[in-house]
Amino acid sequence: MKALYLTLLLAPAFSFSAEGPPRVSAQQFVDLQQGNTDFPGFRRAHAKGICVSGEFRANGQLADYSKASLFKTGATPFTGRLSIAGNNPTAPDLKAPVRSMALSFASSRTEQWRLAMNTPPVMAVADPHTFYQQIQAIQAGPAAVKQFFAAHPESSEFLTWAGQYQATGSFAAETYYSINAFYLVNADGKQQAVRWAMQPTVSVAATDLTAPDALQQEIAARIAADQVVFDWVFTLADATDDENNPTKAWPDSRQQIIAGQLVLTGTTPQLEGDCHAINFDPLVLPDGIKATADPILRARSAAYAESYRRRAKEQLQGALEGSNNE
Amino acid sequence: MSNTDRFSLSMRLFHWGMAALVLSMVAAGLLMVTSLQTWQLTLLNIHKAFGVVAILLVTARLINRLQHKLPALPDELADWQKTVAKASHWLLYILLFAMPVSGYLMQYFAGRPVDVFGWFRLPAALQVDIYNYALFRELHGWLALALIGMIALHIGAALHHHFIRKDNVLKSML
Repeated sequence: MKALYLTLLLAPAFSFSAEGPPRVSAQQFVDLQQGNTDFPGFRRAHAKGICVSGEFRANGQLADYSKASLFKTGATPFTGRLSIAGNNPTAPDLKAPVRSMALSFASSRTEQWRLAMNTPPVMAVADPHTFYQQIQAIQAGPAAVKQFFAAHPESSEFLTWAGQYQATGSFAAETYYSINAFYLVNADGKQQAVRWAMQPTVSVAATDLTAPDALQQEIAARIAADQVVFDWVFTLADATDDENNPTKAWPDSRQQIIAGQLVLTGTTPQLEGDCHAINFDPLVLPDGIKATADPILRARSAAYAESYRRRAKEQLQGALEGSNNE
Repeated sequence: MSNTDRFSLSMRLFHWGMAALVLSMVAAGLLMVTSLQTWQLTLLNIHKAFGVVAILLVTARLINRLQHKLPALPDELADWQKTVAKASHWLLYILLFAMPVSGYLMQYFAGRPVDVFGWFRLPAALQVDIYNYALFRELHGWLALALIGMIALHIGAALHHHFIRKDNVLKSML
């Protein structure tokens, strides 16, 4: 039975012979992300983070574009998470190349929305199988990375961003991008392709912080003192933009709409907070938001589910019992 | 052939209709947990929506079965074989109920409302419960393997009756 199951599991990986990189499965992808070191009970990617809570205060500007209840004027609470890239839940905050914001809006029992956003505005590659090779190159070292990017001209916009990006001294001062595009769907059924960003309202210079948990300590102290606010900015595609290609930014001239403000009012260590239990699969969408056919976006559900299944099973088996947040 | 030599038309329709549905669901399930292709999300949503169809069908099927007289098993079968045959069929029914129920509960505890063909949504927990998610996720997987095993046994037994025992058991469902 196990052999049969394995054969069926692996079948999709071999059942196509299209051009391009070898096809990988969700299991292979998560295996690569988690690497050789096990951190049972933790996320396989972006393992280190801190729970945040607060609310989104909508100004109603987006309500004509999407029927999602969230965009009607008013406030919707969220459970969120600020994290850094990597598989190690104890990694030093300041070493990570990417910072992230994830949100979960449980508007009602039938309408939930998960968002997973990162500091880069675009992906270096356009499909999950090439992304797998990019991660392999990153794990192999700088020479492999250089070789990888040379072979993938589609990474040019990502490299331009990476060349000028300056990490700030706070989670509160970063811009977090949806990267992938989605469709807003309004009450008349009209679709509009959009990307969005959470834009900071403070600037914090990169400091000479050195503590391993510097960013977590900074954001906890900052939110304890005062709320932290982001503008939720939507960029509307026009007919010439390709909403299915996450490597290409849309021109700055595209219409932008501020849907409201995201207000962070609390932090909790992740193992004590509500965010740890959540799979921030960005394909959990409310009525009024739809996924595009972007191959990276479409790959996220299966990969997130595999990571979630592994750590949930470990947690059920007691992996996190008696552990503190580290 | 008297009426009870063969399953009623409604029972045969339920049997073969659900056979097609269950095999498609199993294939879809095994594909969608591994695939990173763009159709994965579509398949995932179809799988969940058809889970609702499956539980409605198996409920109707059970009610229908309880209202019909079944063809008797061949007299040549030993008592223990008849017991195994009956038990295996009830086990199949239990699995046909347990699959959609465990599938829905894993979605429920993960806080993922199930969209049913855009008509309506099944509710999900407002607060995610990772322990119950893990429990029902693993259960759904193990029950799927048990179902695949039982279906293989079921098909094997039907072919055994037809080609080796040369009795009327398979024909009674055709």
